[in-house]
Amino acid sequence: MATTIPEPPRISDRLRDYSGNGGKNWIPAAGNARVLQDRRFNPAQTGIWVALAAITMSFAALTSALVVRQGVSVGWGHITLPPILFSNTFVLLASSVTLEFARRRVTSYARGIESNKAVPMGWLAATLFLGLLFIAGQYTAWLQLKSQGLYLATNTNSSFFYLFTGVHAAHILGGLLGLVYVMSKLHRSVLRRSTFAACAQYWHFMDALWLYLLLLLWTRI
Amino acid sequence: MAETTAHAAVHHAPPQGFIRKYIFSIDHKVIGIQYTTLSLVAAFIGMVLSWAMRIHLAWPNAHIPILGWLSPNGAPGGVMTPEYYLSLMTMHGTIMAFFVLTAAPMAGYGNFMLPIQVGAADMAFPRLNMASFWVTFIGFLLACATFFIPDGPPLSGWTAYAPLSAVGSVAGPGQGWGQNLWGLSIALFCVASLLGSLNFIVTTLDLRTKGMKLSRMALSTWAWFINAWVSLLAFAVLLPTCLLLVLDRLAGTSFFIPGGLVFNDQLQPHSGGSPLLFQHLFWFFGHPEVYIIILPAFGIVSHIMPTFIRKPLVGGWKVITFAEIAVGTLSFVVWGHHMFVSGMSPYMAMVFSVPTLFITIPSVIAVLVWVFSLYGANIRFDTPLLYSLGFISLFITGGIGGFFLAQPSTDSYLHATSFVVGHFHFTMGLSAIFATFAGFYYWFPKMFGRMLNEKLGKLHFWLSFIGVYCVFITMQLTGMTGAVRRYSALVDDFMVPLLPAYRFMTIAALLLGAAQLIFLYNAIWSRFKGPKAPDNPWGATTLEWDTTSPPPFDNFGGRQLIVYHGPMQYDGEKSEMQTSPAPSIAGT
Ligand code: HEM
Ligand SMILES: [Cu+2]
Repeated sequence: MATTIPEPPRISDRLRDYSGNGGKNWIPAAGNARVLQDRRFNPAQTGIWVALAAITMSFAALTSALVVRQGVSVGWGHITLPPILFSNTFVLLASSVTLEFARRRVTSYARGIESNKAVPMGWLAATLFLGLLFIAGQYTAWLQLKSQGLYLATNTNSSFFYLFTGVHAAHILGGLLGLVYVMSKLHRSVLRRSTFAACAQYWHFMDALWLYLLLLLWTRI
Repeated sequence: MAETTAHAAVHHAPPQGFIRKYIFSIDHKVIGIQYTTLSLVAAFIGMVLSWAMRIHLAWPNAHIPILGWLSPNGAPGGVMTPEYYLSLMTMHGTIMAFFVLTAAPMAGYGNFMLPIQVGAADMAFPRLNMASFWVTFIGFLLACATFFIPDGPPLSGWTAYAPLSAVGSVAGPGQGWGQNLWGLSIALFCVASLLGSLNFIVTTLDLRTKGMKLSRMALSTWAWFINAWVSLLAFAVLLPTCLLLVLDRLAGTSFFIPGGLVFNDQLQPHSGGSPLLFQHLFWFFGHPEVYIIILPAFGIVSHIMPTFIRKPLVGGWKVITFAEIAVGTLSFVVWGHHMFVSGMSPYMAMVFSVPTLFITIPSVIAVLVWVFSLYGANIRFDTPLLYSLGFISLFITGGIGGFFLAQPSTDSYLHATSFVVGHFHFTMGLSAIFATFAGFYYWFPKMFGRMLNEKLGKLHFWLSFIGVYCVFITMQLTGMTGAVRRYSALVDDFMVPLLPAYRFMTIAALLLGAAQLIFLYNAIWSRFKGPKAPDNPWGATTLEWDTTSPPPFDNFGGRQLIVYHGPMQYDGEKSEMQTSPAPSIAGT
């Protein structure tokens, strides 16, 4: 039998992190965020992608529940969406924009171009504020529906309306916690770019998800 | 600089103090053992429940005093009511399917072994890992708590079909708070499984050591990795399903409850909901779930076999892995085969029957790989191998039943008979348990640093193997005569002559349970008194055998491993560790 010479590991060292923990505990020298170097594969971002896959699946399940439930129901009415949803959509879109500004500033701060932490912090705070504003807006939408006498159990349309907006709002709250985490890391100058990227990935996804849900609610409910 | 610290493979420092070390530990090895122990306790409870049911089936008037004490209403004087029988059945299924079969082979062994097998120091997110265990634990406590509330556990089965599960206490004992706790318990289990899957996936993708290409991963790692994806996508559907169920129960919505429904002479204040929707959602999760249970078993057996047959599996890592990927993928499109007689359109039944027959192809390929690999092998019949062979046997036996269930015409007869119950106990229940035992006998030396007693192990194997066949072949046969599933008594005339068969199953089941005491004794005695285990007692090649037994806190004592080849470098007695560059064996 021919002897096989084992191939030497072919993966280039520059692209891989072999610390056994994704390099997540690399301590920046003297708390200086500027010396932190990111690797191509980092668990934070991969983790968020995987979580987003699961979240997509959950919303797909709820969507198919809506479609099936609508299919079997007689006299599926229509409810007019509270108009605030549309302006609220712009609030959420704006928060994605401010988050991207924050990303630029964080990068230039980490590169030493920008010396002031306050600038990226400001953009992050703006994003956080817009996120909270969005939640407040959704809450107003619920109040508006209530004032029309439409509660969670009133009819199927209203059930699905509260369900989708409620579950989405819960995910936005999770994103807000992520933002607070990023801000606290930045505050202590130990923010890794991958942490930021993971948070942003999640936030933008929630934004896109909301656009999808709005379309779904608008056309179906 | 950051770089230098990184290459010294710094991880979280070893914890100090009992609580941090053994209770709220973030060490994947401790968490793995915690999961395994939880499953062991759960398995014991589940088994005792099955005894109570079987005793009642064989001797309907038998007094079981402890039941009378546990539930004065459910079992007045120790004789259970039909409703209480259903409650026991529900909790048997729930505990076994979720807290034993889903937890042990994946979260238990996977947590302990996966990071080591890829050469990492821990899971990617150790804190999240700890959270998954404790959330599972709370879920388990909630499930057990149902026994101690006045109404007792729910009676809607592990599938919790709506509207029975959705309308509340009017539907029967246990359908009030019992079903609420059940829903909460399963929702927590979903959350924990999602977090666990996330950890498994990211660890496998990002934390592999130098040279550990995907093609060189241990076959168990492969199965856990594939399974983590299936589990991620399936539990992501069960979680919102639980949410809808709970809303129907507590918030008055009508997702699953149709209008005009009368329970106990009371018209239910709901309208328009769809019970079929629940079945679709449940089985969209439920069918993948049965493969979530069996895929780790595939992996464990494929991982163990080469070591004991001293040669690579036929087809190398590729065939078995691709079979697993195919099974995992197809498992998402066959769910309707559980609903052939649910009132679903018969055309839909055809649509689901075809992929169901297709999914048998990769399953059969996997079986053929294991069987053909034995050909011409120099087999070492140690306990782990015996259990692996037992797994293959049970899986084949159960799978054959699947062919008949997969066709709507035969299934309309077999559905809701104990044929189905026998089928899934073979394919899923006992197959996975046998693979779990195989893993236990194989990895015990690594996990605890002691060897198990081989003689007791073999005795345990043979008694279990024979016992399982006695119980479940008989169950399938009675099912073919039409014995109805989920009945607490032989009520129909045609069922009465089955009594001797029922008694035979009960006695066999009790003996089978007694045989598990051998296992328990062996495990506990060996844990403290067994001979010290060497680092690599089986002459295996994967990374978990390349460190001490048990491994140190950071798994390899600061060593940076380099992997040169795949895990199946066996040639008769010779074998080559994955970390050894020696070229003497051509394996896979
Ligand atoms: C050979 C391939 C298989 C086929 C064709 C097959 C087919 C089926 C069908 C059609 C049913 C529905 C029967 C009914 O309710 O009337 C069923 C039930 C079931 N099967 Fe399989 N099966 C196969 C393998 C497996 C495997 C490998 C597992 C587990 C790992 C499994 C677990 C189950 C379970 C748990 C149920 C019953 C669930 C319940 O109603 O409580 N099956 N099978
Ligand atoms: Cu199935």
